Amino acid sequence: MRFKDVFSIIGPGMIGPSSSHTAGAVRLGRVARELFGGQPKQADILFYGSLAATYSGHGTDLAVTAGLLQFETDDERIPESLHFADEMGIRVTFQTSRGPAIHPNTLTITLRSGRRRYKMTGCSIGGGNIEVVEVNGFDLKFTANYPTLIVYHEDRPGVLADLTRLLSDAKVNIGYMDVDRKGRLGHAATVIETDGEIREELLKKIKQLDNVKSLSYIHLNGGVRS
Amino acid sequence: MRFSTLKELALVCVSEGKPIHLIMLEDQAKESGRTAEQEWDKMKDYYGIMKEAVIKGISSEKTSRSGLTGGDAKRVYEYTHRPDASLEPFTGKAMAYALAVSEVNASMGRIVATPTAGSCGVIPGVFVSSQERFGWTDDHMVNGLFTAGAIGYIIANNSFISGAEGGCQAEIGSAIGMAAGALVELKGGTPAQAVHAVGLALKNTLGLICDPVGGLVEIPCIVRNGFGAVNALAAADMALSGVRSVIPSDEVIQVMLEVGSAMPDIHRETARGGLAQTPTGKQIIEQLTKNKKKPLL
Repeated sequence: MRFKDVFSIIGPGMIGPSSSHTAGAVRLGRVARELFGGQPKQADILFYGSLAATYSGHGTDLAVTAGLLQFETDDERIPESLHFADEMGIRVTFQTSRGPAIHPNTLTITLRSGRRRYKMTGCSIGGGNIEVVEVNGFDLKFTANYPTLIVYHEDRPGVLADLTRLLSDAKVNIGYMDVDRKGRLGHAATVIETDGEIREELLKKIKQLDNVKSLSYIHLNGGVRS
Repeated sequence: MRFSTLKELALVCVSEGKPIHLIMLEDQAKESGRTAEQEWDKMKDYYGIMKEAVIKGISSEKTSRSGLTGGDAKRVYEYTHRPDASLEPFTGKAMAYALAVSEVNASMGRIVATPTAGSCGVIPGVFVSSQERFGWTDDHMVNGLFTAGAIGYIIANNSFISGAEGGCQAEIGSAIGMAAGALVELKGGTPAQAVHAVGLALKNTLGLICDPVGGLVEIPCIVRNGFGAVNALAAADMALSGVRSVIPSDEVIQVMLEVGSAMPDIHRETARGGLAQTPTGKQIIEQLTKNKKKPLL
């Protein structure tokens, strides 16, 4: 089933004009901001495909910026988001790409603050639903509809077993999982969508696992930690 | 969910002796892991947003960000009060309210996607005007949204609800089917009648292309929401009077899938065909691009 529940049909509550070009864009901006953790100084947005062609008319630029400011999809400040970003000292730039896109509505967000840099590519797949497809060079797919854990680790035997054992011990059910690595025994990343909230102590235990370098945890409808 | 087709939905309703909205609410709570009360309250908030959008749109002359549209809802609303209006006032109101919500959407106001932002006017148009006419409570209307959601869930998973995938039939068509089926249940019709209303409504929008001028959710999206509300009222009346969808509604949904899949790209939200590429459509885009110095298409 592509659509899982009644609120993927009725909803989201949103600022118009387009669920895919506006509401989905807010959510993509929001996910990037939460994954980055904290306020970026610079945000560079690259639009592909249909977004490149019509971002101005649909207010996609305002929508992504609103997401970066942690606004919800129905926040009436969305049309003035560029002004708010400016006031908060976040520089936002927009560019369009003529290159091929995985999906007609694709965008890449690069966030910077000092030496920190975070890059995320995602697609707005309709009705305000999104799919992230790349995070910091790792091909990881997730929707951000569920509590989502991204673990950056070394590609070694047993890392995933350790990780899933901790979740299992805490009775957290895994709904979806995706793993990518830069090369054999090199850097790797794993994304896990769960049915329930992951508590602070469990996140700490995961962080202390051998070969785990860092992690991000987002739960868009229920607070954010990283 | 205990159902994946309209037929299954009607059967579950009969075997459990419950209306569509209750089956949807129960299954929704099971899927989300939240309580039925929590899910119901969320839907109630959505109905509040819909009513606010109707009020805002009906009184506003604000134009869209592009400056292309705005003020038509108010014009139509005022006209419905004239004794020589062709539609009787309640039908005219449904049309005006649907236009109102779509105009609020185009001006970057707050709406609920039902099922998409492009088709966000049909359900509020039908629901808010019917509530005023029949004196229904908000709670009754919120139940109706669960009915509409159940129908949309089935259409979305068996066919599509986005213009980019299946043309406007997938957006406005689905919204009309959802509104019509829900209205039948709100008026005391049986699940079987609600299901017939969906099929009757969808048949009338099969083949409708998605051809927005400049790719913007304005021309012709806004007026199609107005017409959509009127069609939904008509489909509900037909079903309640005993008209059946001889081709079962689930089979009509399959036809929408067939037609949408065969639709050329230029007629699926790309703005490369249809009304978007008429001489005037092209001229409008040229003008907008000149004014804004930003790419539109």
